[in-house]
Amino acid sequence: MIKKAVGVVPHIIFIPVVLLWCYPFLWLVSSAFKTQREMLMGGANLIPQEFTLENIQRAWVQARFATYFLNSVFITCSVVIIIIVVSAMAGYALGRGNMPGRKWIVLALIITMFLPKGTTIIPVYELIHSLSLNNTYAAVILAEAGPANIMAILLFMGYFSNIPKELEESAVMDGAKFLTIFSKVMLPLTKPVIGTVTIFNFIGSWNAFLIPLVFTLAKPHLRTLGVGMYSFFGEFSADWAGFAAGALISVTPTIIIFLFFQKYFIEGLSGAVKG
Amino acid sequence: MKVPSVELAKQRPRNSLLNGVRKHAWHYGFVMPMLVLFALFTVWPIIGSIYYSFFDWDGVGPPTRFVGFANFKELAFDGYYWNAFVNNYIFALSHVIIQYPLALIVAVILNNAALKGRNVYRLLVFLPVITTTAIIGLIFNILLHPVGGSMNAVLTGLGFQPVNFLGSPTLALPTAIVISIWKNIGVTIVYWLAALQTVPQELIEAAKIDGATRSKILFHITVPLLTPLAAVILLLTFVGSLHPFDLIKTLTNGGPLFASDVVDTYVYRYAFSPDMNLPRYGLASAGGLLFGVTVMIITILQAPFLRKAGKNLNT
Repeated sequence: MIKKAVGVVPHIIFIPVVLLWCYPFLWLVSSAFKTQREMLMGGANLIPQEFTLENIQRAWVQARFATYFLNSVFITCSVVIIIIVVSAMAGYALGRGNMPGRKWIVLALIITMFLPKGTTIIPVYELIHSLSLNNTYAAVILAEAGPANIMAILLFMGYFSNIPKELEESAVMDGAKFLTIFSKVMLPLTKPVIGTVTIFNFIGSWNAFLIPLVFTLAKPHLRTLGVGMYSFFGEFSADWAGFAAGALISVTPTIIIFLFFQKYFIEGLSGAVKG
Repeated sequence: MKVPSVELAKQRPRNSLLNGVRKHAWHYGFVMPMLVLFALFTVWPIIGSIYYSFFDWDGVGPPTRFVGFANFKELAFDGYYWNAFVNNYIFALSHVIIQYPLALIVAVILNNAALKGRNVYRLLVFLPVITTTAIIGLIFNILLHPVGGSMNAVLTGLGFQPVNFLGSPTLALPTAIVISIWKNIGVTIVYWLAALQTVPQELIEAAKIDGATRSKILFHITVPLLTPLAAVILLLTFVGSLHPFDLIKTLTNGGPLFASDVVDTYVYRYAFSPDMNLPRYGLASAGGLLFGVTVMIITILQAPFLRKAGKNLNT
């Protein structure tokens, strides 16, 4: 009885903290369904006096969130697929191949990990421009997926190098070729890494701001949700309820994806720290 | 002509590179896509930003007006640049000082198996991490709005004066820091949780059987075992908070009166902002580069500690 009561004590402290912590999200959900009139009155009240779907509709149709949503889905999926394919292949070669130059490649990758990204947006912009890709989907996708995803490569590398040699040898004995061994034997074993890389890059790309902002400055219809949010404050001169509805539309997919993949997210981060 | 095996053995040193390449053709092929992207999108941008920083260039056509160190000289005497530079380091160091230890405390609480519902707490801690930073910036613009924002509704309700958090030059940067810590602490918490899990449970059980108290276990087992990873987490926290472009751009746009300007927003203003007359890519590149170099130096200074940490971890 006493033990049970003691177990409740931390929650009495934690729950108010958690509510305060989550307030911005609670505000978002409630504001998305409040009328514009009620939003203008302001206040910290979380329960809408009058429940409306008007904001969601306004964001989806008038503010072109339907387009932004599809752009985000297309760009994010392309980025994730490119990163998985490229880094799984590189991780396999670097993790299991003992070829000359391997160490130099890994060293070069690690060195660049510590350089801040702010410096590189102009050369990337010029590169995309010189490939005449500016203001296209390809520009955003390449600029996001292009920079070596060092964490992903290292994760794949580590995982592949820990797979026992016997497994590969027995596949070779069965007459399997390099590509078959990679795609049928090795790659399926890295499911946890694929999960981790997927969730990290899904979230990263879905939430990307600078790259889609810079590469779609002249083409509003290519905007992603993150950049599209911004336009709420111009076009609709601070339409708070509409913004909340738009934000809710943008945030929901990441939360759903996170709920499904959270195990991989946490295991992946853990792996990164334990190195 | 067939080469006798003895000859082949003699030639091996000379041909070893070629043989190596041939033997590992598949492996090289597999690294290739990554290397091409790496060259184009990682190496070239680094070289390019150094190259551009020596030109006076508006981005039209290739850079032709070589100006030597003129951009750096201009930056050195530009108060706005140093303002952004200092703000950027205040921003990052605040994360190290506040977020780093705070995350450890939360991780220790969440690591306690006796705490029920800790998965739910962990999930909630992550909510800000997985949310678009740009959206967070705009949400807080509304929540902290001096007229009608929730925060000020609560303050006035409690009898306080309303505070213009984002419109005040003294409060804008600290407010941005607090929001950023709220947004990013979940990542550091997971780093700490991972580190805590490297402490062998058997060791703690054994200590408990030997009658060690909780604090003794904490200071004599957990902390020493965590130290090497703590150095890694420190660096990750620091590096992770060095470019708060998305948050600053949407929250304050560097204002008011450049009070929350950081290097990324300074660079963006000179390169992409339509309010400025002509883009100045050279100056913008130089600004990013100068900051990047200082970050590199700090990282390199930490390297010996990290190497030591790595060694400790392996033994």
